[in-house]
Amino acid sequence: MIGLSQLKSGESATIQSVENDTPDVGQLLEMGLTPGTRVRLVKFAPLGDPLEVEVRGYHLSLRCAEAQSIRVTRDAS
Amino acid sequence: MTEVAEASSRRSAVSDKIVDVALVGNPNAGKTTVFNSLTGLRQKVSNYPGVTVEKITGFLEGKSGHEIRIHDLPGLYSLIPKSLDDKISSDIISGRSHQAGKPRLIVVVADASNLNRNLYLVTQVIELGVPVVLVLNMMDAAEAKGIKINIDALSKKLNASVVPMIANRGQGVERLKQEIIAHLEAPVGPHDGKGFPIAPVVSAAIEPVASWIRQNGSLQGPAIEYEAIRVVSSDHAVEGWQSLTNGHTKHDLEPLHASVQAARQGIKTEGLSWSMLETELRYKWVDEICREVVIEASSQRATFSEKIDKLLTHRIAGPAIFLMIFAFIFQSIFAWAEIPMQAIDGLVAWTGQHVAAWMPAWVLPDLKDLIVDGAIGGVGAILVFLPQILFLFFFLTLLEDTGYLARVAFIMDRFMRGTGLTGRSVIPLLSSFACAIPGIMATRTISNARNRLVTIMIAPLMSCSARLPVYALMIGAFIPNKSVLGIFTLPGLTLLGMYLLGILGAIGAATVFKWFINKSSRPSTFVMELPPYRLPSIKWTLLQVVERAKIFVTDAGKIILAISIILWFLAYYPRPQANIPSSQSIKQSYAGQLGQLIEPAIKPLGFDWKMGIGLITSFAAREVLVSTMATIYNVEGADQASESLRERMRKERDPVTGRLVYTPLVSLSLMVFFVFACQCMSTVAVVRRETNSWRWPMVMIVYMTILAYVSSLFVYQGGKLLGYG
Repeated sequence: MIGLSQLKSGESATIQSVENDTPDVGQLLEMGLTPGTRVRLVKFAPLGDPLEVEVRGYHLSLRCAEAQSIRVTRDAS
Repeated sequence: MTEVAEASSRRSAVSDKIVDVALVGNPNAGKTTVFNSLTGLRQKVSNYPGVTVEKITGFLEGKSGHEIRIHDLPGLYSLIPKSLDDKISSDIISGRSHQAGKPRLIVVVADASNLNRNLYLVTQVIELGVPVVLVLNMMDAAEAKGIKINIDALSKKLNASVVPMIANRGQGVERLKQEIIAHLEAPVGPHDGKGFPIAPVVSAAIEPVASWIRQNGSLQGPAIEYEAIRVVSSDHAVEGWQSLTNGHTKHDLEPLHASVQAARQGIKTEGLSWSMLETELRYKWVDEICREVVIEASSQRATFSEKIDKLLTHRIAGPAIFLMIFAFIFQSIFAWAEIPMQAIDGLVAWTGQHVAAWMPAWVLPDLKDLIVDGAIGGVGAILVFLPQILFLFFFLTLLEDTGYLARVAFIMDRFMRGTGLTGRSVIPLLSSFACAIPGIMATRTISNARNRLVTIMIAPLMSCSARLPVYALMIGAFIPNKSVLGIFTLPGLTLLGMYLLGILGAIGAATVFKWFINKSSRPSTFVMELPPYRLPSIKWTLLQVVERAKIFVTDAGKIILAISIILWFLAYYPRPQANIPSSQSIKQSYAGQLGQLIEPAIKPLGFDWKMGIGLITSFAAREVLVSTMATIYNVEGADQASESLRERMRKERDPVTGRLVYTPLVSLSLMVFFVFACQCMSTVAVVRRETNSWRWPMVMIVYMTILAYVSSLFVYQGGKLLGYG
């Protein structure tokens, strides 16, 4: 299991758990980053942060620090 | 029923002729286009100075003489409020608000190409028990992605009417109108909105919370349990019940807090996570719905949107393109607006002459002068700069429509981190380049209270369009039109320089404020949807530009007209005795006296007493400087035919030294003063509304005045030292 921000551009993964340590974990969950959901890391911003993921059919950007709370396992490709 | 609930239902019953319909939906789902299509030009947008609740309402004609009032509520992702805007929407549709009665019908707009996440809010709304019509917008985008949705199945699963739509092509709008009218004709009764099944153990655990909600809110039926789950899952939701708008104080909520704690314990013992309670249960339900209702063709090819995105957010090309786009906008504003500006200039002069000639003999010379010089001359000098302002409004609105501004926030977030803000502040700050007033109101989406306040305080440093008349006058008259590097011009670069200076000042101010304002211990997060790129609708963009232009002209215009007349008065009276040259008479007028009073203070900045008058009057509104100068020089040259203002100022000489008053350095110093000074009464009023106190507007006036004075001093004295005097 790794943090979401540790994926490379283009990689897909499945969320295993969402740690309760970030201040707005509720927001991440509501936006669809829930355990069992598939995500794809689209890219990192020009300065390396934030990152862009594709989840539930749409694109979401979040900071690497926040993305660390989202624990994923890479999909076998 | 509690007091709150009674008041709410009383309000709904009162309006027999007007029926309230709430329009909600995720941001970027095209909700505003749906609203525009339903209401056309019958809209009311909140006016400046700001309103506490930004209400956008429009009317739709119903049957049997009813008027259907549609409230375009701020977009939100979930009924749990993250920001003030969310709270307003959430309160109104949940019936918790004193600001508006509970709506009789809720129209939820969802993005069909992104249905899964949209259904999160949709299902929350349906569970409220108010009749719902679901609009499935952007069906074309869904089709382009290869997504097919079984509308009937969706309708059955949710137990709600579903209207597919492509709002920006007008498709489906008529059907929606009919649905709305049909729903309102039907008898009022609780809607049997279907929500997700609640397991008995969960039901038991949340019972203490549910019973509090039953007693203290206006929700009925199944809606109570869903709200209870929401409250148990999130402290934000608990806080949502505390607010001045519904009369609940912190004290009233203690029993709620207690029952929430009890419920969370209960959930824990069931082996579930209370913080994920609602999201888990709800997304399970949403996924089930989508499995039955959505057929998605797997698309391996990158969509067109993704291809453009690769370029626009590229590591090097991204920021470069961003700079180029904005440099282009500024350059075009200055260059292309020249023709319409000259046309308006001529038109104003022509109007002045003809009105003067047309006036009957019995009109007093004083009044004639007031109308021609004071009113027409003063206001006319501002209208001349309207083309530039409209160009800017247009470009910013167009960019916002395409979805590009979200990418700007994405690219710039890392930069903003140094100031303690997030990329979310970029859009309000960028908007402030057109006008700080909508920019400041846009800060409502910044959920972190401290970041929001800081953004509000620095927004006026983003050179707004009202500074354009000042810049344009100074640059146009006094900066030589030399070419730089073959592509750019010195005037264009100077303009860009003023904007960059404002940005630098804002970064500095934000950093300083970061140390002083410690409103919340919550560090800022940055979670933002990146909508697909869409072709902007020129029609809706123009509509918005016209709307904003109207507000600017009427609001700012009223101030300008009033001040032009006051100023004319100050400069015209006391009437001089005959045979005194006009340059003497203005010195003796009330205006001249005031200007001379402050002259010692502003001499180190390179300003004389006439500019002093300008600084005083433009404190109310920046662009007034131009009409002030126009009036001052018009009055002075009353004997000759009116010259264009620029020519007049170029020739102005110091009566004592004989040197030119306006050198490039002096005009630079004046512009720098205007970059930083707080010169907009409308902004002060909006800041007061948004921060709910006079403290922050006062802080703003003080810090900006000091910043302006010091910067101008630095530029002028520094320039003189370097020999540019």
